[in-house]
Amino acid sequence: MAILVDKNTRLLVQGITGREGEFHSRQMIAYGTQIVAGVTPGKGGQWACDGKVPVFDTVAEAVTATEANTSVIYVPARFAADAILEAADAGIPLIVCITEGIPTLDMIRVRAYLDQKGVRLVGPNCPGLLSPGEAKVGIMPGHIATPGPIGVVSRSGTLTYEVVYALTLRGLGQTTCVGIGGDPIIGTTFVDVLEMFENDPLTEQVVLIGEIGGSDEERAARFIAERMTKPVVAFVAGRTAPPGKRMGHAGAIIEGGTGTAAEKIAAFEAVGVPVAEHPEQIPDLIA
Amino acid sequence: MKLHEYQSKRLFAAHGVPIPRGDVATTPEEARRIAEELGTPVVVKSQVLVGGRGKAGGIRLAHTPAEAERVAGEVLGMEIKGLPVRKVLLDEAADIRQEIYLGVVVDRAACRPVMMASSEGGVEIEEVARINPEAIKKVTIDPFLGLRGYQTVTLAKGIGLAGEYRRAFDRIARGLYQAFLACDASLAEINPLVVTGEGSLLAVDGKMVLDDNGLFRHPDLAQMRDVDEETPAEREAREAGLSYVQLDGEIGCMVNGAGLAMATMDIIKHFGGAPANFLDIGGGAKAERVATALRLILADPNVKAVLFNIFGGITRCDEVAKGIVTAFEEVEPTVPMVARLVGTNEAEGRAILEDSGYRLITATTLAEAAQKAVAAAGGELTV
Repeated sequence: MAILVDKNTRLLVQGITGREGEFHSRQMIAYGTQIVAGVTPGKGGQWACDGKVPVFDTVAEAVTATEANTSVIYVPARFAADAILEAADAGIPLIVCITEGIPTLDMIRVRAYLDQKGVRLVGPNCPGLLSPGEAKVGIMPGHIATPGPIGVVSRSGTLTYEVVYALTLRGLGQTTCVGIGGDPIIGTTFVDVLEMFENDPLTEQVVLIGEIGGSDEERAARFIAERMTKPVVAFVAGRTAPPGKRMGHAGAIIEGGTGTAAEKIAAFEAVGVPVAEHPEQIPDLIA
Repeated sequence: MKLHEYQSKRLFAAHGVPIPRGDVATTPEEARRIAEELGTPVVVKSQVLVGGRGKAGGIRLAHTPAEAERVAGEVLGMEIKGLPVRKVLLDEAADIRQEIYLGVVVDRAACRPVMMASSEGGVEIEEVARINPEAIKKVTIDPFLGLRGYQTVTLAKGIGLAGEYRRAFDRIARGLYQAFLACDASLAEINPLVVTGEGSLLAVDGKMVLDDNGLFRHPDLAQMRDVDEETPAEREAREAGLSYVQLDGEIGCMVNGAGLAMATMDIIKHFGGAPANFLDIGGGAKAERVATALRLILADPNVKAVLFNIFGGITRCDEVAKGIVTAFEEVEPTVPMVARLVGTNEAEGRAILEDSGYRLITATTLAEAAQKAVAAAGGELTV
């Protein structure tokens, strides 16, 4: 068993005829993910990915025709907020948004709307979800992961791959790898994912990969102390990041002296969560 | 992207927030003319994108146009926290009776904008939060409902503002929120908002930080970017679509992915070195982009070694290796280069680097790569 996505996921791809959307759809199909539909306004009636996936003009049409239950979004930033709202309005309960660069104020409105509807969003600005051996939704490279008992949750992309690959090489497989995204406003937080891993019978341990900016790691530390029975190992990127500078991700910035790696590391250590000095130490910390 | 005080205040004024009469000068003569028009006394305020201007002597009072000219000349010659003062704002001096703080920020945890007010104006809000957090009153704004009247009453009452100013406060709070929305800001603050001797409220100082992701719909605001906010290298990187932050260490870093780039900087420090930069070359790692990145890194005279840390996922290591080799053809490597390629097609990627004829130090683990880069920068390791 995995969290969020598995063999039963019926995936819809928004932006399937774009360069990124088409490329990653092929990768997801090759991994064994069931892609049941694609959406690109104006291209309804066509077929994508060598005739394997029907394309619709709207998400609502795609849902009616295919009973898609999860959507992944590859549309450009200026249309992405609309794409998320469209999926939510069409009744999709789980939306994964890969797109980077959505304005924060758009995301504030999107989050408020999704919260009212009870829709789960993962991302934006994230690599998506990978349940090894079951399904891949997003852009994570499938072959670096292998099935096993470790849950992985991270704000980053390639840093996550690095950690997942290091785990796989040491024979430590994963239930699900979740990229929650590097933006200031995201749909799913560390705490949300930790709760899912805590409730997932197959997940035995969790690896959490945080970074500078915001206070999501501090809330995760409190949640671990109060609610989790499964062991958690952490890594926090950005010990050397200067204040006031955005480190690539829109959310990775030390503002007003808060959001530093030191504070986050201290929060984890205070609740007994071992924090790796560098990513390759993570497998050593897993008991 | 940060805006200057004068830019922020003009944007606030466009949304109904009262600001002092004033204008911007780049020369002492201009300052004199502005002071003559405004009438004295005037406040001469350095326009640099750092806090603590007052303490640094970058905010001065002038009682005559001649004094304004002299003071402006002094301030325009200053450097504040390493930033040269290129402009001064001359504002009509206000008769200040009370100073308060009013600001809007994005509350990441609440996923909403939050408006904050404090009776301790003129002090940085972070300072107040540390020393006297009870002095800060907050209201969370529903993005669909906007800032409501009862919320501005809550703030005004919370900071002990006298009843007679509450209507003016309400108008200013709404104007500030409108400016925040209209500019896609992540922060908009008036500090201080003052009660004047004439019994009115006036935004004496202002600050805005804009969301870079929102700039595409504000070309007018994007043009306001101050050249000194970034180093020339950071500017070139931004224009090339690279995410680059200059630091003061000696090991240049080229990494794919922001999180991994930060982790690479950290591990260099862990092994006793210091990173010269943060650099995310992004996905795909096309040769042209790698070349631009390499040129930027090597242009930094502090750089004694370069570390390539590439995790091949969807991006294949052999493609990245080809990009690096092509970049070397354009930009001659002048310092030791350490390359670590791991993930998809890593063996092919390493072979391409080895066969290229360029002298590269290779590593398989991140720890090994960082240690080799530190040794190479210290002159203890050569190819």
